[in-house]
Amino acid sequence: MPYGFMGRILYIDVTERSYKTIPLDEGFIKKWLGATGIGIKLLMDYQEPRIDPFHPCNPLVFTVGPFVGTMVPCSSRYGVFAKSPLSNLLGEAYSAGFWCLEFKRAGYDALVVKGKADRPLYLYIEDDTVHFLDASHLWGKTTWETEDTIRRELGDHEVRVASIGPAGENLVRFACIMNDRYRAAGRTGLGAVMGSKNIKAIAVRGTGAVEVAEPKTLQEKCLELYHRLQGPATTKYRTLGTSANILVLNTAAALPTRNYREAMFDGALQVSGETLNEMFVAKIQACPSCPMRCEHVAEVKDGKFKGTTVRVEYESLWALGPYCGVRELDAVIKAIELCDLYGMDAISTGVVIGFVMECFSRGLISREDTGGVALEFGNSEALLTMIEQIAFRENLGSILAEGVKRASEKISGSIDFAMHVKGVEMTGYDVRGLKTAALGYAVSRRGAHHQTHGAYSFDLSGKVDRFKAERGRGKLVAESEDIYIVYDSLPLCKFTRAAWKGLEEIAYIYNLVTGFQFSAADLLKSAERISNLARIYNMREGLTWMDDTLPPRVMKDPIPEGLAKGSKVAPEELRMLILDYYEARGWDSKGVPRPSKLLELGIEEYIPLISYIAR
Amino acid sequence: MKHENRFSSVASRIRSVRLYPYRNVALTCVLCENPPCVKACPRDALTQAQDGHIVVDEDKCVGCGLCIEACDFGVIMLHPLRMVAIVCDLCDGSPLCIDACPEDALTLTSRDIRAQIKRVEVAKKLTGGSSEG
Repeated sequence: MPYGFMGRILYIDVTERSYKTIPLDEGFIKKWLGATGIGIKLLMDYQEPRIDPFHPCNPLVFTVGPFVGTMVPCSSRYGVFAKSPLSNLLGEAYSAGFWCLEFKRAGYDALVVKGKADRPLYLYIEDDTVHFLDASHLWGKTTWETEDTIRRELGDHEVRVASIGPAGENLVRFACIMNDRYRAAGRTGLGAVMGSKNIKAIAVRGTGAVEVAEPKTLQEKCLELYHRLQGPATTKYRTLGTSANILVLNTAAALPTRNYREAMFDGALQVSGETLNEMFVAKIQACPSCPMRCEHVAEVKDGKFKGTTVRVEYESLWALGPYCGVRELDAVIKAIELCDLYGMDAISTGVVIGFVMECFSRGLISREDTGGVALEFGNSEALLTMIEQIAFRENLGSILAEGVKRASEKISGSIDFAMHVKGVEMTGYDVRGLKTAALGYAVSRRGAHHQTHGAYSFDLSGKVDRFKAERGRGKLVAESEDIYIVYDSLPLCKFTRAAWKGLEEIAYIYNLVTGFQFSAADLLKSAERISNLARIYNMREGLTWMDDTLPPRVMKDPIPEGLAKGSKVAPEELRMLILDYYEARGWDSKGVPRPSKLLELGIEEYIPLISYIAR
Repeated sequence: MKHENRFSSVASRIRSVRLYPYRNVALTCVLCENPPCVKACPRDALTQAQDGHIVVDEDKCVGCGLCIEACDFGVIMLHPLRMVAIVCDLCDGSPLCIDACPEDALTLTSRDIRAQIKRVEVAKKLTGGSSEG
């Protein structure tokens, strides 16, 4: 077995309450690199095509990469994969923290969970043993209570727990999986898949070790990196944190506000990272192996929400603040805490509530529908009430729990301002004035998301003209996606990205860990293979080129004010960008990978499948 | 890492503990002046070296765990594979954890020096001055 890997997949069938391990061979690892590739490949192999995401046979896959459990900085991350209940396509989310370390030290690189338990249970993975434990006493409990209770009843403080809250149990389509209290595998609704299997939590404890090829050299290299990662390239994360984006994007008129009606928020200062740090941040702490620190834990010290204590990042702050027009920061912090406790993706939650606030303002729904709540933009009480209603599927919450796409199909006249791509809610960048990012969102393999490509950075840094759609952006996005796949696979936190001396340095560390001889080009080749596999998976599940698109509002309604005033992504601009992207990827004009490309990438076994689907 | 040549936090001689909502602390042997672990060992496997660290005679140690019972800090532990007591040995006088800590949160100091530093600090505070010496 190559160094850096444990060489085993743990396969659990919760219907049968049985488990086995499956060896992972070196050829497979070299082909699929780490967490992302192995995750998508296992999903491809273990899932029957086109099943319903809530079918017991939808595999819930957890993966770690070779860097997990070593002293490589910022590597404590894991991926989760399943068919997404939001998009009916690839479900993919990442989380950080301690859980992945225990899981890997228990001796596994991946976990595949299939089946459906006859009653609520939680899994306890203790090195080679898997316990199937009753969770009826945990059902209905919040993620934090669940974690605390499991640690207490197993009598082991070092047990780490990934769990779902009431939202996952109630199959809220954007429910997430929470671990180590504040960390979420947030996007694409994987908590609902876990809930559909009647699994409340997965507790792990591992006592094994991770061996690397060149321990001494790696140690020296890591000490050097620890110091570099304390330098200027990462200052943002341990000072203002990601929440600095509120004012940055507001100035750029790229802060989606009130359901994308505006791109600047008149209350931006009140909910800014600056205000957050000054008034609420009690501690900035780190994940294991991270010398940077980004986790801003905010604590409300007085007032109505006294005692609320939760990690705050830009995306959750934006979604539940500006996007819903809410400017009371303590209420936004409370809203974030509720999302964590109930186990819901705070991004999707905010976008869904912003959407329904617009429905309310247009009279498409009435107070009768909302159970008497005045769902106006900026009403923080309404925000908190709706979070409760969604998590427990009460009143209007039962429609909203289906996600913005399905909700817009039920509320007539709302489709034009339902902000999602492929059923997955938009994130905090107004792509009308960020045209490289717009392309990234349109083609992203897991629906609307900024962290599959990070293309907003080209736009905001001025490397390209952000208001212009032109050829060449396709190549930028494709390359950027592949680099991000390398980060997610190894894994490395993307917040390190400004600190590296090129991808060569990352390849060097990959080799110190694994003993392989990968060049930067080899890493990118593997990433391109993974991108293509994700495309093939999505096509198998029913994706066509028509799904590579943006919400109607992005194409119709220009940004009304500020630096980006007048900007939108016209349909013909988007079409041109997408064709440019397909070309850069070696795909045909319908977005289908060409056989020659699959042959080049060594995944020619999928050529028959692709030609069958294309017909 | 130094002792194991691989990454195994359950064999680590310094441990970090995170308490919710946001307390973090690193714990390792505090080099007691009159170490109860040494006294507790029925086989005299533990001795204290000149610099204060605890030396474990692995031939004598049978992994009974009485030293763990005796330690108030939970910083003497059993090795997960060898099942003998392990404890911080100060890495031959130059602890690697100090080099690795990115926040410079760790220092190696004696009680005398620590008290001295504190006296200087409090003297500054009491006199309102900031001059050195």
